[in-house]
Amino acid sequence: MSEPIDIPTADAMRTHPWLRVMVSREVWERVGHRLAEGTLTLVSHWADGATVHTAWRDPHSGDTGIISLDATNGFFPSLGGMHSPAIRLERAIRDLTGLIPEGAPDPRPWLDHGRWPGKSKAAASQPYAFLAVEGESLHQIPVGPVHAGIIEPGHFRFTCSGETIVRLETRLGYTHKGVAALMTGAPLAQASKLAGRVSGDSTVAYAIAFAQATEVACACEIPPRAVHLRALMLELERIANHLGDIGAICNDAAFSLMLTNCAILRERVLRLAGQMFGHRLMMDCVRPGGVATDIGPKDIKQIGKLIAHFYRRFPAIKALYEDTASLQDRTVRTGVLRYHLAEQFGAGGFIGRASSRNFDARKALPSPPYDKLKFDIALMFRGDVDARIRVRIAEIEQSLSLVKQLLAGLPGGDIIVPVAAQDGEGAALVEGFRGDIFAWLRTSKDGTVSSCHLRDPSCFQWPLLEAAVENNIVADFPLINKSFNCSYSGHDN
Amino acid sequence: MLVMQIAQTVLAVAVAPLLTGMVRKVKARLQYRTGPSVFQPYRDLSRLFTKETVVAHNASWLFCAAPTFVFAATWVAAAQVPTISFDVALSPAAELIALFGILTSARFALALAGLDIGTSFGGIGSSREVMIASIAEPAILMLIFVLALVAGSTRLTDIAFFVASPSVGLRISLLLAFVGLAMIAIAESGRIPVDNPATHLELTMVHEAMVLEYSGRHLALIELAAALKLLFYVSLISAVFVPWGIAPSGGTFVQYIIAMTLYLFKLAVAAATLAFFEISIAKMRVFRVPHFIGAALMLVLLAALLRLVSQSF
Repeated sequence: MSEPIDIPTADAMRTHPWLRVMVSREVWERVGHRLAEGTLTLVSHWADGATVHTAWRDPHSGDTGIISLDATNGFFPSLGGMHSPAIRLERAIRDLTGLIPEGAPDPRPWLDHGRWPGKSKAAASQPYAFLAVEGESLHQIPVGPVHAGIIEPGHFRFTCSGETIVRLETRLGYTHKGVAALMTGAPLAQASKLAGRVSGDSTVAYAIAFAQATEVACACEIPPRAVHLRALMLELERIANHLGDIGAICNDAAFSLMLTNCAILRERVLRLAGQMFGHRLMMDCVRPGGVATDIGPKDIKQIGKLIAHFYRRFPAIKALYEDTASLQDRTVRTGVLRYHLAEQFGAGGFIGRASSRNFDARKALPSPPYDKLKFDIALMFRGDVDARIRVRIAEIEQSLSLVKQLLAGLPGGDIIVPVAAQDGEGAALVEGFRGDIFAWLRTSKDGTVSSCHLRDPSCFQWPLLEAAVENNIVADFPLINKSFNCSYSGHDN
Repeated sequence: MLVMQIAQTVLAVAVAPLLTGMVRKVKARLQYRTGPSVFQPYRDLSRLFTKETVVAHNASWLFCAAPTFVFAATWVAAAQVPTISFDVALSPAAELIALFGILTSARFALALAGLDIGTSFGGIGSSREVMIASIAEPAILMLIFVLALVAGSTRLTDIAFFVASPSVGLRISLLLAFVGLAMIAIAESGRIPVDNPATHLELTMVHEAMVLEYSGRHLALIELAAALKLLFYVSLISAVFVPWGIAPSGGTFVQYIIAMTLYLFKLAVAAATLAFFEISIAKMRVFRVPHFIGAALMLVLLAALLRLVSQSF
């Protein structure tokens, strides 16, 4: 099965990496087999109307594409039976559209907790059946969906033997907002705002993914200055979020000094972003066609100062992490995620890279300006909490260098062009701080979105958390969970 | 003297929240934060005392009685430590073994209360608490043994009086016992690196997990008891190892004032030291706690051995 996938559009793919083709059941199933054997990576799996789609990527050749299958009869062949990363996506498809995956290994609802208006409340009347665990002296610990701290809602069901976790099962869907449904028929500007609110901490990455997909669909070329400014925002967002994460992970080991040190640096980034772009998290600063705000020479000087400040302060923070033995004792070899699982699930971001999965959407699908910039993919091999922290540290350093390069090569000119709406389709893969965000949409010529799908990197990371905590002790779960820092909101969408 | 006993008892409950407040304040300053005032714990307690108390449907009498018992027992223990005067009414009864026995019974009540309502966090907390207790107790007994060997008595006032007398020079056994007691105190009062009193992570809690279901005045009593427990250990360390300034029997008013001022100063130093220690270390894994307390046990054991080998140690 090593021949390239039989989609007769190799040339077309050079111009548009996410070309979508309608396929037969046979090809659909063949793709399923190739996903299962690991020669293709699942990028996303969703449905609109009565059509199911699968976005894939060939990890060796780097080719990408989308296959679609007509499911007007209400059924489609399950991919989850062959390739487990697809299971939850399939369950979501079933909840959202009613299309039934034939031969799916898990028929339970996923996003639908039986509380949606206008839908059957039958699911709520019977308790959600958690997977059975058998064995002597095992006990269950239910945690959430309401937690003691201020975090998003999600339910964790631990089965433990004493302090050791035997199995963790997560139940998500509490923050389902129906973004895809809200976007259907919404004007582009409104839909762009919605995309920026799927997961608030990656608002820039989502807005860029949405904007890029829209620009592909409407064949719109954006000015180079806008391209650079988008990348600048994306890197600032990455720096801020990684800093927040590093501090928060260490704080979960009760080492609050890291939290405060990182929080101070993060605050500097956010304040500067607020000053330059009018919003601390840079929400709604990226729009289809370009960006909303321009920066002046004064701002560039300010960023230069910020970078200089980082080069002074950040090495000390890094050293504080590396030299605190009691902290290393907690992070090293805790919550190990093995490479083959990261590869199978196509885990993006620091989670994949900490388990030596060599993938970064900025390198894998180089789009301007990243094709002209010099940076390395931060790779670690141990796959533990420590590796995930170190990948973040390395990525902050890389992002600082990227910001410097972006400012040095910042072209002049316009920052936004009008998008001439047309009937079209587009997709994009953008490397947010958590990993690759996939966006696919269809526009119509009245300037509205007729269908949109946004896939958070956490969709493939949440299941891996369950694998990584196995055989760790319960008290280490918060540390491992924070080192994953999956998005509830992005996943539930 | 009954008056001094009453004074010391009232003082214990009056300054316990202040000690907690001072630790928090110093920690906040070390984290570049302003932090709430040192009197914030008093405000928290008064807020909790006036709030509604919610009790689980399936809670037994034990759940409601435990906070009062825990508070009373901890208070009694904390009030027996000589802080401003050696001559107090109950000092003949202030045996170290008895004091630790009282604290252990308080812990037993709290562990039962954690199990009583049947939530998983209460169970986790109680199980961890009892695990820590079971290793800390041998260390505590060994410590009492060392002190008794040095001072010739297990009565706290006698030990403190003996150490304060000019005849006692620098003793290695006392130094080892001091380090051992400090480690035991950290473990027993639920401080970092053994437990984190400020955490919101249910799964990592020890003491906080046990008391997760408490609210209102029950919670207030438990918080006050926790503050008193910390005060007990700080007072114990200062009474046994730095007893200078405590007024002798029949002391003058001025001596009492000096003793009081010095005591508050000792509390402030202890709070700063504890905060500095807590800020510079991460919490250890639950299963590493036995190693930590094991080290304390070894230290006091060494102190006992040295003491048995030669009187001069």
